[in-house]
Amino acid sequence: MSSDPSLRPRATGGRAPDIFRQGGWVPMREYRESEAVDFVIVGTGAGGGTLAALLAEQGFSVIAFDAGGYFRPMEDFASDETAQNQLYWTDKRVLDGPNPIKMGGNNSGKAVGGSTVHYAMVSLRFRPEWFKSRTTLGYGADWPISWEEMWRYYGIAERQLNISGPLTYPWGPKRPRYPYRAHELNTAGKLLARGCEAIGIDWTETPLATLSAPHAGPEGKSPPCAYRGFCRFGCTTNAKRSALTVWIPRALAAGAEVRDLAMVGRIETGSDGRVTGVQYHREGNWYVQLAKNVVVAGYAVETPRLLLNSATGVYPDGLANGSGLVGKNLMTQTNAAVWGRMDEPVRWYKGPPSLAITEHWNYDDNKDFHGGYCWMGQGPLPIEWASVQTGARGLWGEELRRAMLDYNHMIGVKMVGEMLPNEANRVTLADDLDQYGLRVARITYAWGANDKALVNHSLEQMSASIQAIGAKDMFRQEDDTCHLGGTARMGSNPRTSVVDADCRSWDIPNLWVCDGSVFPTVGGVNPSLTIQAIALRTADRIGKLAAAGEL
Amino acid sequence: MTEPSRYPGYDVLTKRDTPSWNAKTREVIEQRLATPSVPRFFSAEEWLVAEALCRRILPQTDDGDPVSLVALLDAKLLADHGDGFREASMPYMRDAWRRGLAAIDGEAKARYDGRGFAALADRERDALLRFMQGGEVNGDRWSGLDAKAFFERRILVDVPALYYGHPNAWNEIGFGGPASPRGYVRLDGDRLDPWEAAEAEPEQKLTAEQRNRHVL
Repeated sequence: MSSDPSLRPRATGGRAPDIFRQGGWVPMREYRESEAVDFVIVGTGAGGGTLAALLAEQGFSVIAFDAGGYFRPMEDFASDETAQNQLYWTDKRVLDGPNPIKMGGNNSGKAVGGSTVHYAMVSLRFRPEWFKSRTTLGYGADWPISWEEMWRYYGIAERQLNISGPLTYPWGPKRPRYPYRAHELNTAGKLLARGCEAIGIDWTETPLATLSAPHAGPEGKSPPCAYRGFCRFGCTTNAKRSALTVWIPRALAAGAEVRDLAMVGRIETGSDGRVTGVQYHREGNWYVQLAKNVVVAGYAVETPRLLLNSATGVYPDGLANGSGLVGKNLMTQTNAAVWGRMDEPVRWYKGPPSLAITEHWNYDDNKDFHGGYCWMGQGPLPIEWASVQTGARGLWGEELRRAMLDYNHMIGVKMVGEMLPNEANRVTLADDLDQYGLRVARITYAWGANDKALVNHSLEQMSASIQAIGAKDMFRQEDDTCHLGGTARMGSNPRTSVVDADCRSWDIPNLWVCDGSVFPTVGGVNPSLTIQAIALRTADRIGKLAAAGEL
Repeated sequence: MTEPSRYPGYDVLTKRDTPSWNAKTREVIEQRLATPSVPRFFSAEEWLVAEALCRRILPQTDDGDPVSLVALLDAKLLADHGDGFREASMPYMRDAWRRGLAAIDGEAKARYDGRGFAALADRERDALLRFMQGGEVNGDRWSGLDAKAFFERRILVDVPALYYGHPNAWNEIGFGGPASPRGYVRLDGDRLDPWEAAEAEPEQKLTAEQRNRHVL
């Protein structure tokens, strides 16, 4: 029926996969390499996928490149942890520094749709103060965008993604009710709620990008969630609202081209210093695609890597790097957890893993460190659960097998915690070469004292919450990390930032960055909704700049 | 392990032809179960060391139908299906395994009168592995490879993932296994869909075993 989407491109010959039909196709416009399109977008995840749709819908000619394959989830995704490693970015990388960031699963994606294809769908807004954390809270860096503007775009993103969530949200300024009703809680979610109530803090149903009811919109092809529990390994039913199911179909319908299995290795620049297109690798050959604008949307590691790998005589330190900040201020988020065993059965494999959440410590400033964190219920599948037992407890042999027998009685609460920007945490180029002959990223990371204080605080709080509801044999997982940000930060000063509020590089006016790299701070929530809100705003700004003749 | 099964009679493979398994799932699980038990990536010597190692990391000695972890490991390395990254002080996955297995064997020979790792008794193997985990075996035999890092971030990452990615392990821990397109209707831990594994409890009216014969 179909060739292996990891081996042969599918979006060719005037058509692209129809992800909603097994073996199906939709028509796709194609552009010649010699035709300078308005926008080449490198990456099709939360940033690039969203922008591709919104720019194409405004009438711009768009080609969106992705190094990964173009999957039809219903036929290409197995319901299996091992096989679904196919969704991760597992190209070579070198990790460095006192606290190397484990790469792979939860912080990368290699597929059309990027990591939204396997994200846990947690769709949270930043706390308003975080957009001016330097000014209002005394740490990090200010964003060049107001929280009011960002919250307006959050609202648009939530509606277009059909986010399911609570009627009223316990923290922050009043927000509209979520477009879709909250999902029913599984036992892991109910126990999180009981734990929060036991220590006297609020909890709520997690806003999630998976449908809780039939979808009635114009492209209403996503069915309601079937509570398979394999969300982080790809949604085989398309209930998940991701770049693959929401934005890419819109981009294609509006005339954008998607080039799958197309690795952009270099951004080309002309004698006037402006970018002229990209060099990319597809099916064994290198090609050049001309473009009037290039948007880099490869996330916090691949974006700086591409900018650095595109160095020329005019730009010896890489593109958009006049500030010297490309690759710097890499941030991950702490992902510590507390686990315990309940007498009652939990069976956390049923349903999305993080159905309930507390953001209490994102909004309560009565603590002796900077930044915030949330925590959510968990539902690791067996391989991941074994990795917690070996990684956090060092178990193996009979001890490991015995501990694993309690799988259906375990609960866990896991934080997403804010780490502070630090220029020494960075992405540079290593000497190792990848399968395309390109220098790979070297990722250097150290935790600061504030990061450790935040984790310690969270471990105390999370422990207290599950101890209060009778969890036994509790243990802590202290050093795990998750999402990334920084490395091409936005700001209002060309000397201290890489791009402006519109995600446009200060140095090269037709070079843009639109992904989590632009975050000056990461906050204590999952980043995908914020990336999409920024992409929605960037699309609006590009439209206005074009209308004013300022592109 | 000597204790009786927690989920007696549960076999996730009986769900193969139900709505819980889509075609792609059937394909990848069948491929996994048919993994050839012959070295394709490893040399014959490496295979023996790796086999002895896998048996200590996930002992299955009194099980009727043990999972050949060494075969799955060989297949994983042959396909080079890893996490991609390396720590600056470590080689990439394939190289780490080749060097690590040679070093373990060399360490065994040095400590136990020339007997290789595969020739050791279980308690001797475990002692050596605990030395590695405790960071007590670095030296010339390891030619720059950090034994503790190899143990914690290669062996304890790769081998358990192979076992807990196998249907036998899902039966053992009562995991529902593949769920596509059919997921779950009853989300609570104490309310089971008919296609979930029942845990053996004395007070249950239907015995778990009877129930587990019908997980369809």
